[in-house]
Amino acid sequence: MTVNTYSTSEMMTVAAARRLRDGATCFVGIGLPSTAANLARLTHAPRVSLIYESGTIGAKPSVLPLSIGDGELAASADTVVSTPEIFRYYLQGGRIEVGFLGAAQIDRFANINTTVIGPYAKPKIRLPGAGGAPEIAALAGEVLIIMEQSARSFVKQLDFATSAGFLDGGDARERAGLPGKGPVAVITDLCILEPDPVTRELTVVSIHPGVEHAAIAAATGWPVRFAARVNTTNPPGASELDALRELLRRTEAAHERGEKGKSAVV
Amino acid sequence: MSHIVSLRQAIAENVRDGDILALEGFTHLIPFAAGHEVIRQGRRNLSLVRMTPDLIYDQMIGMGCATRLTFSWGGNPGAGSLYRFRDAIENDWPHPLQIEERSHADIASAYVAGAANLPFSVIRGYAGSDLPKYNDKIRFITCPFTQERLAATPAIRPDVTVIHAQKADRRGNVLLWGILGVQKEAVLAAKRVVVTVEEIVDELHAPHNACVLPRWVISAVAPVPGGAFPSYALGYYERDNRFYKTWNSIARDRDTFTQWMQRHVLNTADFAEFRRTLEGGPHEERHA
Repeated sequence: MTVNTYSTSEMMTVAAARRLRDGATCFVGIGLPSTAANLARLTHAPRVSLIYESGTIGAKPSVLPLSIGDGELAASADTVVSTPEIFRYYLQGGRIEVGFLGAAQIDRFANINTTVIGPYAKPKIRLPGAGGAPEIAALAGEVLIIMEQSARSFVKQLDFATSAGFLDGGDARERAGLPGKGPVAVITDLCILEPDPVTRELTVVSIHPGVEHAAIAAATGWPVRFAARVNTTNPPGASELDALRELLRRTEAAHERGEKGKSAVV
Repeated sequence: MSHIVSLRQAIAENVRDGDILALEGFTHLIPFAAGHEVIRQGRRNLSLVRMTPDLIYDQMIGMGCATRLTFSWGGNPGAGSLYRFRDAIENDWPHPLQIEERSHADIASAYVAGAANLPFSVIRGYAGSDLPKYNDKIRFITCPFTQERLAATPAIRPDVTVIHAQKADRRGNVLLWGILGVQKEAVLAAKRVVVTVEEIVDELHAPHNACVLPRWVISAVAPVPGGAFPSYALGYYERDNRFYKTWNSIARDRDTFTQWMQRHVLNTADFAEFRRTLEGGPHEERHA
């Protein structure tokens, strides 16, 4: 099947998947990161080891999990360890090469918010909270972030800094003693941003086909910088799109199956 | 075998008003039946602890059981928000809920510290996060050997931990498998322990190194087949994703929620009857 049209969301997922190198050990968040990481595993990175915070190591789900602890993750894993073990021995032990995260808000130094919109004591929107993100962001060898880009999510000032990127920029992260390298790329539905080597400010390095500079500027809550040489992201290839669509189709079918008539079981 | 009892008796004898209560289960083996029994028995002023408060804590908070919650991720996994949890935090309904927010790595380690009879836990955590600004129990210490700066947080020592497991034998030894979360640590950190199980068997036939909790660390074992519904029990039944998705529409509105809880939990004698009221689906009460 050769397909020339694709959605911005498909472009985002494919571009994020490409950043995960084969053979890496990757701590995966649920949602967009899990989709991209599994697409990587099903295309160019068959030897990637996907680790979920439920303790499943080397999970190879045939369909995407709805929750972080679906039975499919445990059944397809190389092994399942306890939650203290996954965080203490594997993450804190320095065994995780890549952390793959999403967020509700991000700032120009790739610090992320998953806690509240509005003041903490009286939030406008109470988000789920930290989960594993603060330590994944701090301790993974490097971090990939995938999220949709808009002026509401790419903000000048975070309402709450849940997990550290480069803090105030420059060498602030190193001075704070964070062991991991921090975010190496933010992949959105419009473009790819990477931290400037010196200032650590997120800089647009690659623009998805057909996206205007102005659209990226409008979807960013600070005056976003563009690299001196900005690439055009390669559009999704036929095999990437096929693998992604097949994965999503299997997932939808499986979740629908799982939702039919189950509540009647006593 | 003396401590294999009904769930009603297990909760009545072990969970008291004002307790620090932990119901653990990381998306798998969530002790829903036990949570319902706590609601039915009208426990109040509980300090709830749970890494991932999900639907059962949404129900307990919305029914006014809790005045305090220690947690690290509060959502409806894969399906959205917890509207009762949010209403309590955003609008103090049904009454104010004090929260103590931590990270997964922290709470997991704090249970380990509790199980190990230590007063606090040490992790490489929270550097660069705003959480320590809002939770004064997250502090930093200097390693006496290397001078590294590390986060220190209080151990978690529940008055009662409740978990759900696959099997117990007739003497009350418990076997669980699959995604284990922090259950073993939460059990060993607690003063009293209630375990609901899918079934009681003559022999556990546990493989070597399996997760077996000896009967003498457990206060009461109660057989409740299906007791983790709508979460799942590996080897017994799958997660009911439809229930999780439907929960949003039940919990979003205070009246709809209250009526649903009245009809399905308060007006039912036990979990088996609760399950029978759902035979037409989670929204059955609307046509009743």
